[in-house]
Amino acid sequence: MTAKILPIALVVGALVLPSAQAKTRIVLKAVEVEFPQSDRGLPEGPGREVVLSNCFTCHSAGMILTQPPLPKATWEAEVTKMRNVYKAQVDDKDVPAIVEYLTAVKGPK
Amino acid sequence: MEYAMPAALSRRNLLCQAGVAGLAAFAAPSWAQSVVNLPLPGGPDERQITTAFPQKGRMILQRTRAPLLETPFEVFDKGVFTPNDEFFVRWHWSVIPTSIDADTFRLNVRGHVERPLSLTLRNIQALPQIEYAAVNQCSGNSRGFFEPRVPGGEWGNGAMGNALWTGVSLKAVLDRAGIKAGAVQVRFNGLDEPTGKDGPDFIKSLSVDHARDGEVMLAYGMNGERLPLLNGYPLRLVVPGWYATYWIKMLNDIEVLDSPDTNFWMKTAYTIPDTPHADIKPGQTGVTFVPINELNPRSFITNIKAGAKLAAGEPVPVRGIAFGGDTGVKRVDFSSDGGKTWQATHLGADEGKYSFRQWVTRFTPPAKGDYTLMVRCTNDRDEAQPDQPNWNPSGFMRNVIEATPISAV
Repeated sequence: MTAKILPIALVVGALVLPSAQAKTRIVLKAVEVEFPQSDRGLPEGPGREVVLSNCFTCHSAGMILTQPPLPKATWEAEVTKMRNVYKAQVDDKDVPAIVEYLTAVKGPK
Repeated sequence: MEYAMPAALSRRNLLCQAGVAGLAAFAAPSWAQSVVNLPLPGGPDERQITTAFPQKGRMILQRTRAPLLETPFEVFDKGVFTPNDEFFVRWHWSVIPTSIDADTFRLNVRGHVERPLSLTLRNIQALPQIEYAAVNQCSGNSRGFFEPRVPGGEWGNGAMGNALWTGVSLKAVLDRAGIKAGAVQVRFNGLDEPTGKDGPDFIKSLSVDHARDGEVMLAYGMNGERLPLLNGYPLRLVVPGWYATYWIKMLNDIEVLDSPDTNFWMKTAYTIPDTPHADIKPGQTGVTFVPINELNPRSFITNIKAGAKLAAGEPVPVRGIAFGGDTGVKRVDFSSDGGKTWQATHLGADEGKYSFRQWVTRFTPPAKGDYTLMVRCTNDRDEAQPDQPNWNPSGFMRNVIEATPISAV
């Protein structure tokens, strides 16, 4: 994307309503809610338990179930990203089983 | 070019016609469905409809934790404002407060400022109120249509919405704090936290000039009501014309920086190829990536679905929404022959340059057979939607001209 230089004064003048005209009254108060639990599981297969114990700390099954078929190299990169970038506490020894499982359930058919 | 709205195409009449067209176009009432099909190439295309989330109605369930909820597409046919309880939801980390005490909540303003602030919601609401409509669209809206497919939130076209936002300008707050000379960026943080102690907190930055443009808003109102908690209650940053990644939810911390922000969420995540339409070839190397920024123009048909059967020789209203991106909608053109010829549509009421804008036209299939309906938005900078889809490894900024195949019987 190239930077777009806009005449700022023009833009602001046309857009933002001064306070005298804006009269929307919003009452802010205490709010308490409850989030639902996921009721979706993962398909059976070798490595499923390893995936459940490692990956579900951060996200529910929907993260995996909605993914398209992706090649093994992509799944390896995803697991690496989850560990290195998002600091998922996954032991080295668990990585191959996770990649194998994801490739089995979400690999090219 | 100007497109005056004929009296017969006023908003009220648009809505009346919508009812008729809706009956013709949708064979099954969509409200009765418990699953929805998103026609994503290679699948999976089935998604559950959920009503289990607080302050939310029927939403397409992408992921329960951290929540990813998509707006069912038929919602966009109701008008240009997306109802709060149907507005899409997207969180990165699953540690999200489930309660907010409006009396004890504080917004801190700190860093490279003369006077650090700790503001109550009352303090904020005492500042001059501003209000405008703006589209909030996920960077990865429509990611599921990318080919080849890419990992991530596999959205259809419903990770977007338009609301009337009410709040105070970020500038007013920054002016109270007094930005010191030498400040370069302003960084925003919300109450959500990483799941593990070492994960990168979700924080985003804008340039000082952008932050002080008078438009960027701290919003406490959404369509005239409090924000739903999942949309960022009690306070959300609104960055009109820019992708939703900057619209920090549950905003409670503003830090003025005297050096460029190199945190993961600015430097690595949410970056796009610095190429036209953020478009590269899979595997292309030597590409410079920059932080994602302004929205691009898009338009959609909202009252006729792919595969619809229309009556040959019978006129039918065709209607939808468009947005210009970081500027207004100049025109929306319609094609019924797969893009060979185009005709101007009538634009609905102008709710502001950052808003969805409705468009409407009339189409009469001349004979039985197959047709490909298309709409193309051109914005006020004369930027039009491209006729080829873009591709990048994160699935960002899709805005290809949409094609809706139908048949006349």
